[in-house]
Amino acid sequence: MLIQRASNILPSEITPERVYRNRREFLKAAILAPLAGAGQATGSTDKVTPYEYATTYNNYYEFGTDRSDPSKNSGKFQVKPWTVSVEGLVKKPARYDLDDLLKGFPMEDRVYRMRCVERWSMVIPWRGVPLASLIRKLEPLPSAKYVEFKAVFAKDQMPGQRSRSFGGGLDWPYTESLRLDEAMNPLTLFATGIYGKPLPNQNGAPLRLVTPWKYGFKGIKAIVAIRFVDNQPVSSWMKAWPEAYGFYANVNPSVDHPRWSQVREERIGEAGNALSSLLGQGIHNTLMFNGYGEQVAQMYAGLDLRKNY
Amino acid sequence: MPVWTSERTINTRRVRPLLFLLCLFPAAALVWSIAAGKLGANPLEEIRDSTGIWTLRFLLITLAVTPLRRLTKWHDIIKIRRMLGLFSFFYATLHFISYVWLDQFFALSDMIKDLTKRPFIMAGYASFVALIPLAVTSTRKWILRLGGEYWQLLHRLVYLSAAAGVLHYFWRVKLDVRRPILYGIVLTVLLILRVFHKMLANSSSRDPRTGLRPEY
Repeated sequence: MLIQRASNILPSEITPERVYRNRREFLKAAILAPLAGAGQATGSTDKVTPYEYATTYNNYYEFGTDRSDPSKNSGKFQVKPWTVSVEGLVKKPARYDLDDLLKGFPMEDRVYRMRCVERWSMVIPWRGVPLASLIRKLEPLPSAKYVEFKAVFAKDQMPGQRSRSFGGGLDWPYTESLRLDEAMNPLTLFATGIYGKPLPNQNGAPLRLVTPWKYGFKGIKAIVAIRFVDNQPVSSWMKAWPEAYGFYANVNPSVDHPRWSQVREERIGEAGNALSSLLGQGIHNTLMFNGYGEQVAQMYAGLDLRKNY
Repeated sequence: MPVWTSERTINTRRVRPLLFLLCLFPAAALVWSIAAGKLGANPLEEIRDSTGIWTLRFLLITLAVTPLRRLTKWHDIIKIRRMLGLFSFFYATLHFISYVWLDQFFALSDMIKDLTKRPFIMAGYASFVALIPLAVTSTRKWILRLGGEYWQLLHRLVYLSAAAGVLHYFWRVKLDVRRPILYGIVLTVLLILRVFHKMLANSSSRDPRTGLRPEY
């Protein structure tokens, strides 16, 4: 049965086609304006990391613990078809084909700094959907306080999941989580591409999380499930080493890793050559919230970030 | 019956220049990689890691000389031990410089904080510092000055250095401890061989013909 109803939308409410066609530019301008401000505030001139480095220097233990392992071992990883299940405290728990899940959301391009907990950083042009708009569509229940993400468990395709020693022995599948307000922060992105191309497997294809004010390990890759919960979940790294990896994992130069200080970082590929990197080109002082304090600091007002690392 | 006798084995004098160049090779390769820009995405880390791992390798190679001499009766091999030991110190020094320079960028207060707070760094320092007196007293003059017994006692510090080095490596990695454990196993084997030798030497009787303990 087909039910048809006359549209009650006034012609004046419809976005003019010219504006609609320029929506990406409009959104980009709206989003990049505050980011540009943050850049000026930190005095940084972020040079985009060479594609070659961003795609061959990765931490993705499912494909091996060496940073050159993921690009070598992920070539045959199957990302199509890809199903994402939406679970927990949400109006419509369901399983979606990835294309259906993201259908209708305009893709956005964002250039973010990424600070790894291991003291290196990159500047990466991402393409993706702001997680906030997806979450709004999924309609979490009022009782939902956290969002937990689960990565794929594919032993046959991921050597690091087969062997304890090869994959570092994390508790698979990899999980990560955010407070609901962090997940809804305008910076938080569900990325499907980098450098204007679809995500390479080693960078987390087909769907990964990007939270630029947190250490890189929060950026869970190859996501297969989104679960809304009311209690703070325990992520894979928290389980593996709670003294080193906390729930928040906000970039914070004043909270050390047990093995090293976080006051400085090495910006991958910034020095023109190895000789100039010896002279300190590419070394940056690490910024609180990776320089995104203006966008995120208010979420942590009153929270002791030394204890809640 | 030993297969080789000291008369039949290679005289190390001819081997030494070649060995010297061979020991220099990892450092030369590193310098070449820096100059050619072939150190990959994170050159500073590559320099720190490679000088560190070569320090540990040279320490273990040096510690393998004595067991090898006992097993093969190639007594002349002892003459290359000093060179190997000094190369361990050479790579340890490069590694230390790479920490001060390429990790801390000469920030003294940060380094002091690092040293007092982190067992990982403490183990690295201990391993390096223990090697300094050994390098200083590596000359013939110093052996005579100290006397063989004291000299040998002092040079047992190499065990401490190697053990601290392995621990430092173990603490360096985040989760994947396969390689540090491998180095730990090699060190353990080299130490156990020494213990065995000592036990054998203590328990066996003197040679009836010469009246000497079978030292070798």
